[in-house]
Amino acid sequence: MTKYLAADIGDTAKLLADDPIWLILIKVVGIFAFLVVMTLFMINWERKVVARMQHRPGPNRVGPNGWLQSLADGLKLAFKEDIRPVLADKWVFFLAPVISCIPAFLAFSVIPLAGEVNLFGQQTALQLVDLPVGVLVVLACSSLGVYGIVLSGWASGSPYPLLGALRSAAQVISYEIAMGLSIVAVIMFTGSLSTGDIVNAQASTVLGVLPGWFGILLFPSFVIYVVSMVGETNRAPFDLPEAESELVGGFHTEYSSLKFALFFLAEYVNMVTVSALATTLFLGGYKAPWSGEFMNTGWWGLLWFIGKTLFFLFLFIWLRGTLPRLRYDQFMKLGWKVLVPTSLVWIMAVAVIRTGAIQQLSTAQRLIALGVVVGLVLLVSFLLPDKKVQDTKGVPLAGSGFPVPPLDLVVPKAAPKRKVKVANIPKDDQVLAAAPTAKEAE
Amino acid sequence: MSLLVSLLAQQPEPVQRAVDTVTTGEVIAFWVLGPLALAGALGMLFARNAVHSALWLVLTMLSLGVLYMVQQAPFLGFVQIIVYTGAIMMLFLFVLMMVGRDSSDSVVEVIRGQRLAAALLGIGFAVLMVGSVARALTSVEPKGLAEANATNGGNVGNIGVKLFTDYLFPFELTSALLIVAALGAMILAFVGRDGKPSKKTQKELVEERFQEGKRVGSIPGPGVFATANSVATPALLPDGSVSEESLFEVIEATDKSALSEDVADVAGTGHQPDPHALKGSES
Repeated sequence: MTKYLAADIGDTAKLLADDPIWLILIKVVGIFAFLVVMTLFMINWERKVVARMQHRPGPNRVGPNGWLQSLADGLKLAFKEDIRPVLADKWVFFLAPVISCIPAFLAFSVIPLAGEVNLFGQQTALQLVDLPVGVLVVLACSSLGVYGIVLSGWASGSPYPLLGALRSAAQVISYEIAMGLSIVAVIMFTGSLSTGDIVNAQASTVLGVLPGWFGILLFPSFVIYVVSMVGETNRAPFDLPEAESELVGGFHTEYSSLKFALFFLAEYVNMVTVSALATTLFLGGYKAPWSGEFMNTGWWGLLWFIGKTLFFLFLFIWLRGTLPRLRYDQFMKLGWKVLVPTSLVWIMAVAVIRTGAIQQLSTAQRLIALGVVVGLVLLVSFLLPDKKVQDTKGVPLAGSGFPVPPLDLVVPKAAPKRKVKVANIPKDDQVLAAAPTAKEAE
Repeated sequence: MSLLVSLLAQQPEPVQRAVDTVTTGEVIAFWVLGPLALAGALGMLFARNAVHSALWLVLTMLSLGVLYMVQQAPFLGFVQIIVYTGAIMMLFLFVLMMVGRDSSDSVVEVIRGQRLAAALLGIGFAVLMVGSVARALTSVEPKGLAEANATNGGNVGNIGVKLFTDYLFPFELTSALLIVAALGAMILAFVGRDGKPSKKTQKELVEERFQEGKRVGSIPGPGVFATANSVATPALLPDGSVSEESLFEVIEATDKSALSEDVADVAGTGHQPDPHALKGSES
């Protein structure tokens, strides 16, 4: 029984327990600054990478190589006129950007940025808190962040934002389920919800070569998490709540000035947070790909962490530069009919494997279990109805490369030539007389 | 929110704390969150707008969630936030937004005896509440979770063990109830396709279009291959005849003499500009 459960309290939590209050404050400010700087960097990086993918230079005027462009844009946004539509709901309109921003920052408090370091003479871990329910904090914050989007759309008092908000509500609820299910397998392997414990559980190596990351051990979970994290953050190709070709700007159509900037900030901070969580859960967090001391202790952790997070952030940009936006029904189908069932089956498989590993079954027992599973799969595959056989008489006219005429082609009769519908073609001189000449027009 | 951060920061403490005492932080948290929860509940009752009402309820639920966290039940607190505020209230808001912001409450009694039943049930609920609160205040010995949280895998582990051993039957019963409710909702909301053929795929539609032998491309708009792009100008086929499909009923019904100029232009019998036309009036 006890093997299911982690130690009573993780090492990281012990390390963090004696942090003085000033150190906690420094960490809070540090995380805030990190996220804001990452946002400024990320906007610029995204514009530059997308520009490169589209063979154009991208921002290159403000600051060295254009790297201060987003800072200038942010300042400009803050000084713009703040407009509130007449039909807007005054308080909710004001509250929505704040609600979307705060949870985005709050979620980062449980992310471990590095292991044990010496910070101003204190031995501590580079992490604000290590809760026994750490992963749930991120989920709770993302579920609160949606309120910002939904309320902004409703409070704007305008149809396009409302449509964006409706889409967003449905989208985030669906993809949060897939996201939560993809995390379950990780929790089953670790036996703990604490982020610090999850990182420590990935410290070993598999087969002596591969790092023991859950991204490798639990690859299906990893894929599902990555897909649902893009859906959760409303990013292309899943940016339906703000699809600019359909909904103008989606939920933030009516927002301007600092309120709009807050939405922008929240979106990018959310991206950093889900990337950081992906790093923590699936890519070994702040640990190096190998076990041992070399480049794997103290402040090296921060470097690994940022590197892995940037990998995911690049993935976001790459997706945006590559994929067109999904249609809404296709997107919902992907979430409910592909991601959720797949993760449920995968969790069952992981549970069976874990039980087998813990109870130390004999080889014969494992083979019998495997046989039963294969038999069940075969049975189900026989029970499934065949795909409807298509009409073989008709020659496929489309989708086969060339449009082939059917064998029983009857050339349709040409429509009877119609005479030009002109009753009396006026004589040339009459028309000339009727039409004003250039001289008359003057 | 900064309060929440500081509370979260305190969480690992219970291990060191052997005796369950109410700390100063907990008292402060209670006196901040308690009135907030109460205000949320009152706001929910008295808000005129349905969405505002829902938002007040969210405030209450958040306060309760944070209270659970303070009282050494972090798992319960976060699940409260994820499930109630994140999922259930979001669905509420979704429905309210679909209904529209201006829809007012209906005062018509839809079900017979609805008000009487509501009043009776409300009184019954109030009696139950008062009874349990009174019992909690008098005869129940307060017992902290610090001891339980320090053993057997902590808070989450203990809940898991209890749920899947002692309380397995109620747990499964509740999940069965939820599944039945979900299935019932699906059946009520499902619009059957009895007799109707299933929706055609894009590929089937394309093949059908080709097989019917009808026009594959789009119908010509007015003014295609014509001398002007006015709706009054019909499209011309390559041989110069007017394409019937581009004719517009309204314009067809108008007096022809009104269109004589366009007709002349289309027929090519109108004024033909010669190269001198480029020079304007000097020609």
